[in-house]
Amino acid sequence: SVNPDLASERQTASFSVEKLTAWLDGGAEHTRLRRAVVEVIERDPVFSRENQYFQSQNERYEVAVKKAVHLQKKMHEMGWTESGPEFKYIYRAVSGDVAFLLHRIFIRSISVLGSDKQIAKWIPLASQYQLIGSYAQTELGHGTYLQGLETTAVFDITTQEFILNTPKISAMKWWPGDMGRSATHTVVFAQLYVHGKCYGVHPFIVQIRSLQDHSLCPGIIAGDIGPKMNFEHIDNGYLMLQNVRVPRENMLNKFCEVQPDGTYVRRGSPKINYFTMTTVRISLISHEVVIPLMKACTIAIRYSAVRRQSKLKPGEQEAKILDYQTQQEKLLPQLAAAYAFRFIDDYLQELFDRGYGEIQRKNFAMLPELHALSSGFKAFVSQFGTSGVKICLQACGGHGYSLLSGLPSLYTKILASCIYEGENTILFLQTARFLIKCFMAASTGQHVPPSVTYLAAVKPKKCPAKNKLDFLRSDIYTEAYQHTAVRLISSTAAKLQDLIQSGVKKYNAWNQCTVQLVQAAKAHCHYITVKNFVETVEKLETTTGIQKIMKHLCDLFALHGIFSNTGVFLHDGYISGEQMDMVTASYLDLLAIIRKDAVPLVDAFDFTDSSLNSALGSYDGQVYQRLYEWAQKSPTNKQMSPAYEKYLKPLLHNTLSKL
Amino acid sequence: ATATMMNADLRKERAAATFQPELLTHILDGGAERTRRRKEIEALVINDPDFQHEDLNFLSRSQRYEQAIRKSSLMVMKLREYGIADPEEIYWFKSFVHRGRPEPLDLHLGMFLPTLLTQATPEQQDRFFMPAWNLEIIGTYAQTEMGHGTHLRGLETTATYDPATQEFILNSPTVTSIKWWPGGLGKTSNHAIVLAQLYTQGQCKGLHAFIVPIRQLGTHEPLPGITVGDIGPKFGYDEMDNGYLKMDNFRIPRENMLMKYAQVEPDGTYVKPLSDKLTYGTMVFIRSLIVGDSARSLSRACTIAIRYSAVRHQSELKPGEPEPQILDYQTQQYKLFPLLATAYAFHFVGAYIKDTYRRISGDINEGDLSELPELHALTAGLKAFTSWTANAGIEECRMACGGHGYSRCSGIPDIYVTFTPSCTYEGENTVMMLQTARFLVKSYTQVSSGQRVTGMVSYLNDLSRQRIQPQHVAARSVTVRINDPVSLVEAYKARAARLVEAAAKNLQAELNHRKSKEDAWNRTSVDLVRASEAHCHYVIVKLFTAKLSEISNAAVRAVLTELCLLYALYGISKNTGDFLQAGILADAQITQVNQRVKELLAIIRPNAVALVDSFDFHDVHLGSVLGRYDGNVYENMFEWAKKSPLNKTEVHESFHKHLKPMQAKL
Repeated sequence: SVNPDLASERQTASFSVEKLTAWLDGGAEHTRLRRAVVEVIERDPVFSRENQYFQSQNERYEVAVKKAVHLQKKMHEMGWTESGPEFKYIYRAVSGDVAFLLHRIFIRSISVLGSDKQIAKWIPLASQYQLIGSYAQTELGHGTYLQGLETTAVFDITTQEFILNTPKISAMKWWPGDMGRSATHTVVFAQLYVHGKCYGVHPFIVQIRSLQDHSLCPGIIAGDIGPKMNFEHIDNGYLMLQNVRVPRENMLNKFCEVQPDGTYVRRGSPKINYFTMTTVRISLISHEVVIPLMKACTIAIRYSAVRRQSKLKPGEQEAKILDYQTQQEKLLPQLAAAYAFRFIDDYLQELFDRGYGEIQRKNFAMLPELHALSSGFKAFVSQFGTSGVKICLQACGGHGYSLLSGLPSLYTKILASCIYEGENTILFLQTARFLIKCFMAASTGQHVPPSVTYLAAVKPKKCPAKNKLDFLRSDIYTEAYQHTAVRLISSTAAKLQDLIQSGVKKYNAWNQCTVQLVQAAKAHCHYITVKNFVETVEKLETTTGIQKIMKHLCDLFALHGIFSNTGVFLHDGYISGEQMDMVTASYLDLLAIIRKDAVPLVDAFDFTDSSLNSALGSYDGQVYQRLYEWAQKSPTNKQMSPAYEKYLKPLLHNTLSKL
Repeated sequence: ATATMMNADLRKERAAATFQPELLTHILDGGAERTRRRKEIEALVINDPDFQHEDLNFLSRSQRYEQAIRKSSLMVMKLREYGIADPEEIYWFKSFVHRGRPEPLDLHLGMFLPTLLTQATPEQQDRFFMPAWNLEIIGTYAQTEMGHGTHLRGLETTATYDPATQEFILNSPTVTSIKWWPGGLGKTSNHAIVLAQLYTQGQCKGLHAFIVPIRQLGTHEPLPGITVGDIGPKFGYDEMDNGYLKMDNFRIPRENMLMKYAQVEPDGTYVKPLSDKLTYGTMVFIRSLIVGDSARSLSRACTIAIRYSAVRHQSELKPGEPEPQILDYQTQQYKLFPLLATAYAFHFVGAYIKDTYRRISGDINEGDLSELPELHALTAGLKAFTSWTANAGIEECRMACGGHGYSRCSGIPDIYVTFTPSCTYEGENTVMMLQTARFLVKSYTQVSSGQRVTGMVSYLNDLSRQRIQPQHVAARSVTVRINDPVSLVEAYKARAARLVEAAAKNLQAELNHRKSKEDAWNRTSVDLVRASEAHCHYVIVKLFTAKLSEISNAAVRAVLTELCLLYALYGISKNTGDFLQAGILADAQITQVNQRVKELLAIIRPNAVALVDSFDFHDVHLGSVLGRYDGNVYENMFEWAKKSPLNKTEVHESFHKHLKPMQAKL
């Protein structure tokens, strides 16, 4: 039965949860399909995550491999294919708890960077799991800065082979998933040398393990890099290459090729090698950031409606902690952000699809914008989302720290997204470089990509809001964000120019401005996110009640950003001190309004109990009972601890009395 | 041979320092003699083969618990063997043995024994203390329940007095009343001090403490009527068997209620304690420890991140030149140096609270409790402020180490999971901030009604004088000199005053609208937390600044002054809105502050490694491959990884079980 404290929350919803779910899924038929996939997966005991919190690294890895293998069988059985409509729901259904994710990156990199001939050779083998692939880019000594990679691939014209080497310890490949134990092949990124000349980093397909007995190939040293904060189920690996030879045809050569005589040929933009990263950055936003954030909000908000603590009014029952303003101020902005990022993901997907189409036609014009946006948003969303999950965790008091709450694993997983596929600070700086360039171009009247045309527009000097209700007008706050973004970008650009004009070397000037540049890039992403949220709300029908609550969330997201960064908006007097008090008042008012729909708003994310895997966040709200039951399943309670016989017993039985 | 050589980058960094790290270490330890003694105790532990073991990162939870129990038993024996009895020296010893991690006897040593000493009658001490001292009795302190934590009055466990048998009957009447979280309860303890609502003669007398045996001496099996176990895996704390305890009509003799203060007579008559403020003392003490912990945990993370940043080279600053140390990037300095300054600030704040507590605990024993409320309010807020900041700071340090920070070999994940629960235990931080706010509002109200207040809140006295002038409180311009820490203290003071006043006024406005005090308080709580934060921030800047004048060595004073300035200015740059809105600083000054922060980063840069060396963490204690003193990071990461459990066999068994059959089938 459902805990009455949760049931009452659901009775007062101001909108239809089912309709909101359908809208989030892109239509009721998608919801049906998603639920069907989820049901198939969850009904199958092999995919159960019930014991996950109790398993060791070795056990987690084995389960993940087992699931990955079983998933192939299941897909075959169900008639699901990688290009079918079900596919995107599978990952959500298994909560990412499967091996061979890098195998998919391996396939994708060959599809994007390989020639037709290479695709024809490798993709069927990989799809049939005749080999298991990985993607070996990061090294012990270098990550995001790809030009610094030290692995070498020297072309040997006599044998028509590349000789791959790890010349020093820092050049060892380090971190690639699926590589520590599973992979038989990997795409190795290495500095290409032909006739003693270095042509930069290129991708090579290298076999690392025997297809017969899985032993390491000659010249290969590989293994697992050891325990991490999370991803126990993934065998992140190391790889050392000692004079490993691969045929000339193993260099992925859609865009660059070494011909038999050693001639190096380039087709298309040199940036294209990084296109896989752009793809991955955009696709990770949804699965690795938005979903975990939504789950964390679901758990924390449901729990806050069940947990009662202390009294708000004397003589009454203890209050739900969700009724405390401080609790609302922690959780509801994260909920608003989850929705905001869900919509920014759509925006990026759309942009990406358009860009990808162009690239297929060998038009690379959109690449810089795509690269800048994917970098900036990957950083912005992952940073915001990580802090959001952490806030959710800490808002659940002591129980949040139990693994059984589900929150620690969500946190340790999402926080990795701040690092992988490009360290966030560096990504912000890449976006900033693009913004500064566009700002310069725009101020001299040149054409700039659509997402940054605002940099050229003329702005009023002061915020026109007259009372606190004005701050619930989307044009008022969107302009405030726009103004701030322009101010931060233009002032940094000016400072850069000043420094350069005063004789500081360009690279030095850049380094001296990086703190501000990061701030400017964040402001840009924040502005676009707010603007996109506003546009999404405007497109909604006004009749369903959904539009109204989405408008509240949009306002909350926007005002939270101002409330948390007051200085940036006050700085040049765009918002006055008096107006800032109005922002605060409106912001706090919104918390009380959204509070009423908080539970329905997380219900709409439509996570099943097994996908949340949380004793605190289940749909029925039977928190304490579940916590107690789950704890008893802990292996520590199943057997008498060996520590008792070995250490406790002698201790208790007075071996100390000699003292 | 390479392993014994110091990394060239670190050698260069150390040679370039402008001060002697040992001198700063002495200041942190409280004198050269204290440093010497600390290192002596450290050597006792680190050179003792009994305390060696495999890297804990490769062990399962059960194995880690087992190691911890093993070391704890040895620790107790050796402490007595060496005659170490000073609380601080015991703390060092324990922290070296367990390398800063919790251990199953923490609650026995830190709560069970002290509570017996302070709350047990002489008869009870005779009965329990020596057996507990000799570890025949291992106890824990069972307060928190599944349904209630910080809000103690809500606890539901009952102890009903039965005059017929002269016993208390203990019950866990609901699921939510099950004791949950106490350390050492799950597997280790055979006794617990249980907090329960006392019922006698049909009346509830509130929370009281009872000594409850929970496991059979000899077999260690739970006693009839007791359900006890481990609460399962957590975010860290693998060494600790946090437990649950459910009691069903479990009877204990009347004499097992801790009766030094409150008493239940044989006929059931309840005798009230003299004062309930006394329990404040313990809380102040424990929260002051957390402030110190915040400092130490953040210092460890900074040590790792800064040393690694001096060793790691990446990308290019100048075209054509070798890759620079990542510590040379402004963004990296901006992440790490303010945290370094914060770690120092918190060290001095922790020392201040400890000293203050020591000073007034004499008064407390003589019944003078006048300074206690302020100290209590201050430590609540500072506990929250420092633990929140350190918690975020440790994560920032980890992120600053890029991907390798995420590996457990960096040691930072372990520091984080060990430290982060302190945001919740001993008082949930938001609730702590609101306790401080209650004191601030009370002081403000006193000032408004014409009384003067003393201590750290005395700045509120100035508010009444300004009220004569019509303009906004803080609109009186403080002439802020951004290179003068004393002047910055004034700026922080003005900000705190402004935010306390704003919160108090908003609270009053809500009260004018509504009848319920609680409702008005709730509707102002976001403002109130901000006011408390501003107050704590002011106290920290003030204490850091005050510390500078005590330092005699000019070189050390110079570098600490830079850190103090950075701490204060960075705090302004992160909260510019407060300073702008209150008119304490103008736009142009904010721009100067931001600029000055970046200049200070460059000024501190040459001393960064020496400043973390001064924390003087031994490699064994630091537990980090990235933060090794010798800086030989990469080769040791490789050595570490080879020991990973997944690498135990050349071909993992999953290959034969799952991969091979699949490949055969498809």
